Amino acid sequence: MTARPAVVVSGLVRAYGARPVITGLDLRIARGEFVALLGESGCGKTTLLRALAGLDPIQGGHIDAPRRPAVVFQEPRLLPWENLWRNVGLGLDGSAVRERAAAALDEVGLGDRLEDWPRQLSGGQAQRVALARALVQEPELLLLDEPFAALDALTRIRMHSLVAALVARHRPGVLLVTHDVEEAIALADRILVMRDGAIAFDHDTRRVGDGGVRGRTRPTRAALLAELGVAAETV
Amino acid sequence: MTLAGLNATTAVPAPRTVDPRRKTAGSPSRFAAGLFAGYGLVALSWLAPLVLVAAWEALSRAGWVSAQVLPAPSKVLATAIKLTVSGSLLADLGTSLIRAATGFVLGGLVGLTLGTLVGFSRLAEAAIDRSVQMIRAIPFLALLPLVIVWFGVGEGEKIFLVALGVTFPIYVNTTLGIRQIDAKLLELGRVQGLGSGVLIRRIILPGALPSILTGVRYALATAWLALVVAETIGAESGLGFLAMDAREFLRTDVIVLTIVIYALIGVAADSLARLLERRLLAWHPRYDGAGQGRTGR
Repeated sequence: MTARPAVVVSGLVRAYGARPVITGLDLRIARGEFVALLGESGCGKTTLLRALAGLDPIQGGHIDAPRRPAVVFQEPRLLPWENLWRNVGLGLDGSAVRERAAAALDEVGLGDRLEDWPRQLSGGQAQRVALARALVQEPELLLLDEPFAALDALTRIRMHSLVAALVARHRPGVLLVTHDVEEAIALADRILVMRDGAIAFDHDTRRVGDGGVRGRTRPTRAALLAELGVAAETV
Repeated sequence: MTLAGLNATTAVPAPRTVDPRRKTAGSPSRFAAGLFAGYGLVALSWLAPLVLVAAWEALSRAGWVSAQVLPAPSKVLATAIKLTVSGSLLADLGTSLIRAATGFVLGGLVGLTLGTLVGFSRLAEAAIDRSVQMIRAIPFLALLPLVIVWFGVGEGEKIFLVALGVTFPIYVNTTLGIRQIDAKLLELGRVQGLGSGVLIRRIILPGALPSILTGVRYALATAWLALVVAETIGAESGLGFLAMDAREFLRTDVIVLTIVIYALIGVAADSLARLLERRLLAWHPRYDGAGQGRTGR
């Protein structure tokens, strides 16, 4: 828990014109920590992620990130005119780009398809390439913006274990924006719920459990849904 | 120009007639029948123009069509051989091709530069686009008398006219191509930390290329048209000069020959543009290049 932070956010303010979306938000993500961010649509989850990625200007506060974070979007955003290893190598400097891209593609199980074109891939495969493209940068902070939302249920489950394994190996700080409570429970060390432009709920699943039992404690699905404004008995 | 029109209409639909056999591929016998019908239609599409040429030859030989009006195809062919051997045909053809190529490169560079500027910058659009659109509204051939006053009848006038005809299709399609680039890919470029050089080379240029190549195909057609008109109005060499010189002596065989050559070069230029598209856009589903046809879904 005392690990070097991947990102520290303090007093972040982000507004679209006169309408404030994020109002004084504080957040700290350690390296190797997997944080899931839940919240109703339009609560500012993606706005926060885009601010952390440096894609949007902020109107107040500080974002302290040691290096440029890597981002995986909801769509794979592969360049259709470049083959897979070139796509993964986009933005890589230095030598042996092909070798590094090939190693990253191998990690996501596509090491035999270096020369294939993006349109030869299924949705899940394309998203795995996007993941390889993010991880090959060796990021200290990895931002995932609902990366599995467009995938079918079975593919999504496979992607969960792949992402968990990759994050365990590379140890970046991760912020996963999702609307899927199950996904957050399955993957995260910490689950946040965002409301009214700030973090309203913060549960660390690695706390020492009740009665001194060491182990992971997970908030119940009902508790999370209640935080999200969904009454448990109606679900 | 009737022969050029004939060539164009028979050349285009030929590949499409192969399609019906795919739809009738239900049973082996129906597949065979469909295959036969498909190839039969392709054969017919090539046979029909051959029959027309044969009929033309027969009518000329029978004396029903005067050689002064329309010489027999065999006579045109003989003239082609004679002029090729004497070297004058190739010299005129070379002159015309150099004019077209020079004008094409100049006009293409201007169109590409202006189109890129306007595609990227709202400021450049405000400064340039309306003026260019106003000039574009003028049928460029209408400028010919003015161009002759400026440049006289010479190489400058012809190259200028070709360049003028080429500039606008390239300009319009370059601007369009850059505007149509997926904003999400540009954002990805920022996320991956690309410098502007890499961004242009790996995202903007390839993204705009399909549209730019469409512009190139249009431009090839207008370049050729501009050259034909410029050479016909006044020239001391080139294919148009060959035709107008032949007119003085009522050499309809030479005139028909130049028309055929114009048509052939038009077809060749278009094929070249298509080949470029297939090579450069192999990744694009619309131009499915050979060997890239596998779809993994």
